[in-house]
Amino acid sequence: MEKKIKKVDLIFGKVDYLDILDKSLQRSRDEIILDVIDSGLRGRGGAGFPTGLKWKFAKNEEADQKYVICNADEGEPGTFKDREILTEAPEKVLAGMALCGYCIGATEGYIYLRMEYNFLLPQLHEQIDAFNKQMKERNFEFTIFIRSGSGAYVCGEETALMESMEGKRGEPRNKPPFPTSQGYLGKPTSVNNVETLVFALMIAKEGPTKFKEMGTFDSRGSKVFSVSGDTPTPGIYELELGMTLEQFVEEFGDGDTKAVQVGGASGFCVARKHFKETLIGFEGIPTGGSMMIFNSTRSMYNILHDYLEFMEEESCGQCTPCRVGCQQLLKGIEAVKKGNKQPSYLEELQKLSDTMRIASKCGLGQSVPNPFNSIINNFREEIIY
Amino acid sequence: MTRIEEFVKEQAEKHGRDRNSLMPILQAVVQSERFLSEEAMVAVATELDLSTADVFGTATFYTFMDTFPRGKNIIRICKTITCHMKGKDAIVDTLEDMLKIKLGQTTTDGKFSLLQANCLGWCHKGPVMLINDEVYPEITPEKAVEVVSKYLKKG
Ligand SMILES: Cc1cc2nc3c(=O)[nH]c(=O)nc-3n(C[C@H](O)[C@H](O)[C@H](O)COP(=O)(O)O)c2cc1C
Ligand code: SF4
Repeated sequence: MEKKIKKVDLIFGKVDYLDILDKSLQRSRDEIILDVIDSGLRGRGGAGFPTGLKWKFAKNEEADQKYVICNADEGEPGTFKDREILTEAPEKVLAGMALCGYCIGATEGYIYLRMEYNFLLPQLHEQIDAFNKQMKERNFEFTIFIRSGSGAYVCGEETALMESMEGKRGEPRNKPPFPTSQGYLGKPTSVNNVETLVFALMIAKEGPTKFKEMGTFDSRGSKVFSVSGDTPTPGIYELELGMTLEQFVEEFGDGDTKAVQVGGASGFCVARKHFKETLIGFEGIPTGGSMMIFNSTRSMYNILHDYLEFMEEESCGQCTPCRVGCQQLLKGIEAVKKGNKQPSYLEELQKLSDTMRIASKCGLGQSVPNPFNSIINNFREEIIY
Repeated sequence: MTRIEEFVKEQAEKHGRDRNSLMPILQAVVQSERFLSEEAMVAVATELDLSTADVFGTATFYTFMDTFPRGKNIIRICKTITCHMKGKDAIVDTLEDMLKIKLGQTTTDGKFSLLQANCLGWCHKGPVMLINDEVYPEITPEKAVEVVSKYLKKG
């Protein structure tokens, strides 16, 4: 188990993306999809659905039009890797979209970029124009467009994202139907995270084996991490999956790490005593990349308060458990802190958060219990006193 | 036709009159006017053949689509935990002092609005602020004053 943290360079390194596409277009769609399935690649946007299967479902649908959407909404606190990928390796993202388009049979692709990244637009437009031209020269029918968000975290949820693209309030839809059968404008749609698309391209280039050999059974390959907080080396790192939090903290901590929030405001807080046995990945604690490190000078009450305030503001308000639940959790910990409520009130709040998990409509409300319960269970005293 | 109506019509011609052009058109208005006036929303509704309530309902969902006047330059300071830890409060205090306004307000000359925002995606380089579309990572109170002064000169 004594595995050192291994840095990997699949995402940012330069490749001949046109060559990869040309060779892929010579192969059958099923063959490429099988490679992606075989590689074990799972979505890097957070939910972790197997990418090859998603492509297969979208491919199997009969429709006059299908769409590829690149999810570049990146709103999860503590995540900033998609921006870096779009800055450093945009052509790989575009090629990944075209590859997906070829596999599922879509002729249009959209990048949904959060408005906070609007400064990327001029260069992205230029790159997209050039790329679209290159596709045309190859007689490969695939055109990429770009759409902007307007400052709503929930629009990163794939169905809310499509509502927003359709010119509506970004309120998540019921699932099923899943986007692969009825997505953008009711057509089969594959929504993929920026990073996922680049990995898929690299798997098309190198075959599934190299990717599959990295990581663990449920978490194959590597992943781009966004490291922030109390660390001497904040930044963006592509690392092989399968490390424990202890190994991670040894590499990135400042020697006084008290807790790590894995997966952003919707993720889990892990306390020092659990670093050793906690694996970063789908068999342990998954993350879309966000790793926020806190040392012993930080108040866990402030951290929880910050996350709850974020969720309360970003809840779309469509369903009651989430809309009212977020407000009540926030008010509740404030009341306990001020002494207006007994500490035992925290147990009631935890029941409420459990209800949110089962009764909320989308992943936002469903994941509020993650930070809430993990911080309260590990740092109850800090919340009360 | 008023100036706004004309602008909206131009945008509708550029983006198309389908419902899925609503966001790009509203975004173009916000980009140019910094907010969505009643006049603008009625114009958009007319161009796209939607009800005004529907346009208003959509716009008010989004944090970056203000329906009341904002300053010519909108300053957004990230308030999420890691920027908080790196000292965003000092930036807010400094700019409140400099501009003589509180968070959420606009200067009387209409040049600046000072707001906070949720995670701007620069946690490794906090604290960070956004002025309109420009990003300023790793700012200090001194740097913030320097940057805002530049916008002040530009008018
Ligand atoms: C509240 C919420 C916010 C989300 N934000 C993002 C996001 O910013 N980027 C992203 O790729 N996925 C985000 N997701 C996940 C998407 O719904 C979707 O699963 C993902 O884009 C699929 O791509 P992947 O399979 O490549 O990960 C979010 C989900 C929820 C519930
Ligand atoms: S869980 Fe929250 S964000 Fe999701 S649909 Fe319900 S209210 Fe909206």
